[in-house]
Amino acid sequence: MENEIITLAHGSGGNASLKLINNYIKKYFSNKVLNKMEDAAVLDLKAKKIAMTTDSFVISPIFFAGGDIGRLSICGTVNDLAAMGARPIYITVGLILEEGLLLKDLEKIIISMKKTADEAGVIIVAGDTKVVNRGKADKIFINTTGIGKIISNKNEISSSNAKSGDSLIITGSIGDHEVAILKEREGLELKVKICSDTAPLNKIIEKLLKNKVWIDAMRDPTRGGLATIMNEIALSSGVDIEIDESKVPIKATVVSVCDILGFDPFYLANEGKMLIICHKSHEKKALKLLRSTKYGRNAQIIGRVTEKSSKPQVVLKTRIGGERILFITEGEQLPRIC
Amino acid sequence: MNYMKKQNKSLLDAVFAEAAVLKRQINIMEVCGTHTMAISRHGLRRILPCKINLISGPGCPVCVTPIDEIDKAIELAKIQNVIIATFGDMMRVPGTKSTLSKQKSVGRDIRIVYSAFDALALAKKNMDKNVVLLGIGFETTSPTIALTIVEAAKRKTKNFFVLPEFKVVIPPMEALLSDKDIRLDGFLAPGHVSAIIGAKPYKYITDKYKVPCVISGFEAEDVLQSIMMIIRQFNHNEGKVEIQYKRVVTYKGNLRAQQIMKKVYKTVDSNWRGIGIIHDSGLALSEKYRDFDATKKFNLKTPKYSKEPLGCRCGDVLKGYMTPKQCPLFSKKCTPASPVGACMVSSEGTCAAYYKYDI
Amino acid sequence: MCLAVPGKVIKLEKEFAHVNFNGVTKKINIQLVPDIKKGEYCLVHAGFAIEKIDKDYAMEAQSYLNELYEKTK
Repeated sequence: MENEIITLAHGSGGNASLKLINNYIKKYFSNKVLNKMEDAAVLDLKAKKIAMTTDSFVISPIFFAGGDIGRLSICGTVNDLAAMGARPIYITVGLILEEGLLLKDLEKIIISMKKTADEAGVIIVAGDTKVVNRGKADKIFINTTGIGKIISNKNEISSSNAKSGDSLIITGSIGDHEVAILKEREGLELKVKICSDTAPLNKIIEKLLKNKVWIDAMRDPTRGGLATIMNEIALSSGVDIEIDESKVPIKATVVSVCDILGFDPFYLANEGKMLIICHKSHEKKALKLLRSTKYGRNAQIIGRVTEKSSKPQVVLKTRIGGERILFITEGEQLPRIC
Repeated sequence: MNYMKKQNKSLLDAVFAEAAVLKRQINIMEVCGTHTMAISRHGLRRILPCKINLISGPGCPVCVTPIDEIDKAIELAKIQNVIIATFGDMMRVPGTKSTLSKQKSVGRDIRIVYSAFDALALAKKNMDKNVVLLGIGFETTSPTIALTIVEAAKRKTKNFFVLPEFKVVIPPMEALLSDKDIRLDGFLAPGHVSAIIGAKPYKYITDKYKVPCVISGFEAEDVLQSIMMIIRQFNHNEGKVEIQYKRVVTYKGNLRAQQIMKKVYKTVDSNWRGIGIIHDSGLALSEKYRDFDATKKFNLKTPKYSKEPLGCRCGDVLKGYMTPKQCPLFSKKCTPASPVGACMVSSEGTCAAYYKYDI
Repeated sequence: MCLAVPGKVIKLEKEFAHVNFNGVTKKINIQLVPDIKKGEYCLVHAGFAIEKIDKDYAMEAQSYLNELYEKTK
C-alpha cells in the first residue's frame, strides 16, 4: 500500500483508470457538478462579465515548506482571476502523471488541492488525467483553468490602467516562495526557517472591492518577481513607476540568502502576494483593510506611479538616497561568486 | 526621514564638503567588479559631487577572461564523460560560437556549483567521469580552489581537475597607472581580495606612483567613506594606502591563505581580454600539483575558430578609456539579451551595470 | 570580484563550521581561518571563510557614522 505507484494502466481508460478516479479524484473533489462525470460541466454563471485564465505547474520539488504543487495550482489560477477584479468560482484540473509517481503522494496533492479550493471558495467542476512513461514528466504536472465573475464594477482593472499619482501597495514580504524552493535544491544545503507564501488572495481582494477601494491595476509577482510585473505594468500603461527600497518588506532570511547566492530579491518569485495599484486617496483605506486580513497583515505602500512616459521605466530609490533602474531580467538568476 | 537616512545624508554631506576644495575633476577607479555593481545598485554615481568621476576597472574576472578560454571550456564540455563544474557567473558568457548555458541545453554535462568543494564532491560521486572546475577568479577565490586541490591530492582523487584562469590584481593596476592615455587620481581597492593579500602589496604602487589607494568595503556607506578618504588624500597631496574596511582587512592579510596559494600556484604572464598580456598577472598550478591541471590532462589547445567579436570595445571599457555608453555597440547591438562582450553579460560587468541600473 | 557575506560561527565540526547568516545556516569550510572560535564572526566567500571579522572595527565603523551624524545634526 505504502509504495503503490502510478502505472500506464491508470491512464489507459480501463479499470485501473476508473479506480484512480473513484478512489482519488471523485473521493476528494466530490461535488454535484463533478460527480455527474459528463464529458463537460454545464454551468450557469449569471454574470455580466466573466474572467477566465489557465496556468500550468511543473514545480520541483512537488512538496516544499509551506505548500505543494497542488496548493500552488489552485492559488495560481485563483490569484490570476482575483488580479482582474473577478471572484473565482469554477476550476478545472488537468493532471499529467509520470509512471512511478507514488499514489500516496498523489493523494496528498489532491487533498491539498481540495483544501485550498475550499479555502478560496471555488469548486472543481471538470478534470482530466493522463499518465506518461517514466522520464517524460517530472513526477506530476498540473494545469488549472479558472472562471470568475467580474465584481469590480466601477472601473476596469487592467495592467494598462495605472495612472499618474497612483499608489503601489504590496500585500506582504517578497521572495519567500523562491527561497523556500531554493533551500530544497540539492547542492545548496541552506538551513533556513522559511515557508513558501503560497496562498489564495481572492478574499482579501474582494474585501477591498466590496469597500469600494479604487483599484486601477493588480498583478501577482510570480515568476520574475516584483521588478518584472512592475515593468510590465509600466510598459502597458505607458508610465514611469518609482519605489522606495526602504519601504519594501523583505524578511532578513531572504536578504541573507540573496547575499549568499548573489540574488536580487526584486526578481524572486512569490505565490501569495499581490501588487495593488490604487488611487492615492484610497491608499490608507486599502492598507488598513489589507492589514486586517491573514494574508495582507504585512502590506506596505512602496511607491507610486509618476508620469506618463514614452520610454517607461521603474526607478528604485535606494536606501542611501541614490536611484537605479529595476530592469527586465534576461533569464533566471544563477548563484554567483562575483 | 528615518535615522538611517539622516546618517547616510551626513556621510554624503561629508563627501561633498571634502570635494568642495577640489580644483578639478578627479578620476577614481573602482578596480573591483563587485564595487562597480555596488555603486550602480545603490545609485551612487548620480548623487556624488560632479567633480568625482568614477571609472570602472578590470576587476571583473569573467570580463577579463579571454574568449579562447571560454571556447576551451566549451570544447571540454563536449568530451565524453567530462562534467564541467562552474560558478554561475560563467554560464552566459559568450564564447566565439556558443555559451556554457546553450551547451547545457543541448545535453552537455555542465553543473553550477556554489563552492569549489562541491566540485570535488561531484568527482567523488561520479568516479566514472572527470570533473573539471573552471578556475576563474581573483585572490578572493583562488585560495579556496587551492585548498580544494590540496584536499584532492590528500584523498588521491584521480578524476578532479581545474582549468586555471586565475588573475591577480596588482599588476593591472600598475599597468593602468603607467598608461599615458588615462589619468588616474585614486583607487578604490578591492576589499575582499585585500582580506587575503592584505594592504602591504599596494604599498609598492603608492610608493612608486604617489596615488591614493583606499581599500574599501562594499556597503554604500563603506564606498562613500572610502571616496571621502581618497579626496582627502588628494587634497593633502598624499598618495598612500589606507584601509577603510578595517573590520576585515589587515596590513598583512590572511597569511594562511597566502601560504596555500604559494604552495599550489606559480605566477605566470596572463592574457587579459581587451588589454593584452600583463607580466606576472596570472596563476597556474605549480609543478607539485600539475596533475590537476585540465590543460595538461586533456591536452587543451585554443580552438582554431576562437576570435574576439568584431567591434567589441570591452577592453577599452575595462581600462577605463571609455564608459559603456560611449561604446557604439552599447544597448544597440550589445544588450544583456544578446551580449557581444563579457562586460555586458557578466554579473559584475561594467556594461551590464550601466545597462541595467543606471538611469 | 568577490561576493562575500559576514556570518557567525555557531558550531565547529573539524575543518568545517556551521555559520549563521541572519537566520540562514550553512556548513562552511574554515581551513583558511583555522583558529576561528564559536561565537566569532567570519567573512564567507564561495563556501569558505576567508577572514575573521574584527568586531571592534565593525563597531567602530558604526560609531563613525553615528559621530558624523551627531556632528552635522
